[in-house]
Amino acid sequence: MGRLSVNLCGIQLDNPVIPASGTFGYGYEFAELYDINCLGTFSFKGTTLQARDGNPLPRIAETPAGMLNAVGLQNPGVDAVLREELPKLSRVFHKPVMANVSGFSVEEYEEVVRRLEAAEQIGWYEINISCPNVHGGGMSFGTDPHGAASVVAAVRQVTRRPLIVKLSPNVTSITDIAKACEDAGADGISLINTLLGMRIDLATRKPVIANRTGGLSGPAVFPVALRMVWDVARAVKVPVVGMGGVSSAEDVLEMMMAGARAVEIGALNLVSPYACRDIIDALPAAMDRYGIRTLEELN
Amino acid sequence: MKEEKLILTGKRQLTPRVTEMTLEGVTEKMRPGQFVNLAVPGFALRRPISVCDLEAGRLRLVVRSGGRGTETLTALPAGQELSVLTGLGNGYDLSRAGTCPVLAGGGVGVPPLYYLARALRQAGLPVTVCLGFNTESELFYEEEFRALGCDVRVATVDGSRGTKGFVTALIPEGSYFYACGPVPMLRSLSRLEMPGEMSLEARMGCGFGACMGCSQRMTGGMRRICREGPVFRKEEILWDD
Repeated sequence: MGRLSVNLCGIQLDNPVIPASGTFGYGYEFAELYDINCLGTFSFKGTTLQARDGNPLPRIAETPAGMLNAVGLQNPGVDAVLREELPKLSRVFHKPVMANVSGFSVEEYEEVVRRLEAAEQIGWYEINISCPNVHGGGMSFGTDPHGAASVVAAVRQVTRRPLIVKLSPNVTSITDIAKACEDAGADGISLINTLLGMRIDLATRKPVIANRTGGLSGPAVFPVALRMVWDVARAVKVPVVGMGGVSSAEDVLEMMMAGARAVEIGALNLVSPYACRDIIDALPAAMDRYGIRTLEELN
Repeated sequence: MKEEKLILTGKRQLTPRVTEMTLEGVTEKMRPGQFVNLAVPGFALRRPISVCDLEAGRLRLVVRSGGRGTETLTALPAGQELSVLTGLGNGYDLSRAGTCPVLAGGGVGVPPLYYLARALRQAGLPVTVCLGFNTESELFYEEEFRALGCDVRVATVDGSRGTKGFVTALIPEGSYFYACGPVPMLRSLSRLEMPGEMSLEARMGCGFGACMGCSQRMTGGMRRICREGPVFRKEEILWDD
């Protein structure tokens, strides 16, 4: 086991770096640039039962030290993912992958996971109950402990694979929701999804994003994410995956010191497609500077 | 796609708001209609800019300062190193040009047509270029296209230069059109009988297909403007009306 290796819900990762869902597609755009097998794993694009076109354009806006997005879960639907995306992925990525699942009803989450059980390469499910950019689904399950627990309990019935639940920061008490997920059978918690925000175009006096609001990510949210990871890691016993504005090897270490077992990287992939590889390469030297022998010792 | 470190070696002000920038050190080949994505110091997202010309590792871009990001970009001093993702998007399909291609550009949609015009002229074709601007003070590149040996026609909305009105009024008969410009212009060009293709603009997250930030429904399904585009044949585009 290397000094970067960590264990996430019973599966050993070569390192804790995981590109976050929605910033890495199904992997193969990045595989054209470098060997993505250097990653711990990655979380693929949020997948729903039916194909979704997502929101109208514009979906993206710049913010100080970050960005807003309102893509709205555009994806080809679970059957196309099984038929087209995963076979392509398996040619370029040879490790267990994290399947990010979203839905608009408890039954939809359950059905998507049931169908994905056929895909051997899936190591974990990341159940996204926190998308801020769709209406009547997504985040509405993630903003109340009962809703969150009902999704987890339903999905728990159809899989024995590790279930990681991705939480929204747009709540009063994220620890209550994390505990409800753990009690309902979750094997891990990942956080944070994006923070709701908006921008207005001064010239048109209208919101920049067609959906009006979007999710804020990037370095601006790092301290908020870190605080929430710290709180949740102390409220639950299951492993926590930390994310939100992570931009360097030092940020990865800081997240792990807050209690994260592994670390997802999102917005940075869009600015610098080699970011995850470069951060993995930079980790040993950063660990040396702070007297960290192995990442496991940070748990 | 490739990430390259390029040096800003020259700037020329074309109009009060439009700057031509020269960057050196490009190793990748790029096709007319492709774009690059520039990291602007102090801003989180890169800025996608179409290739105006590329020769011997020297990249020319024409940038309109429309917001703080592009204002910062155009104010950078010579000698500045920039991280640039090169070779993005599909580019124009030169094989469809036929015998007498027509190029139509509106405002900051004009720059990618320069590289295209140069390639078509090198292929020995007669090229007609129709340029549209709001007013004479915003006009640029008329002489540059003439120097390539193109038949250049100009329209301004206020009539201060060339034909009064829109670029669409200038379009002659031709074998195929290539366009870039504002949406109303592209929409009206799409009604021409002449076949053609056009480059679309969008706010992008990544510029290379990862984030779905610029996906739009086309006749063949969802398409990423940054990856399957930015150039689409006119019949692929679904207009709002």
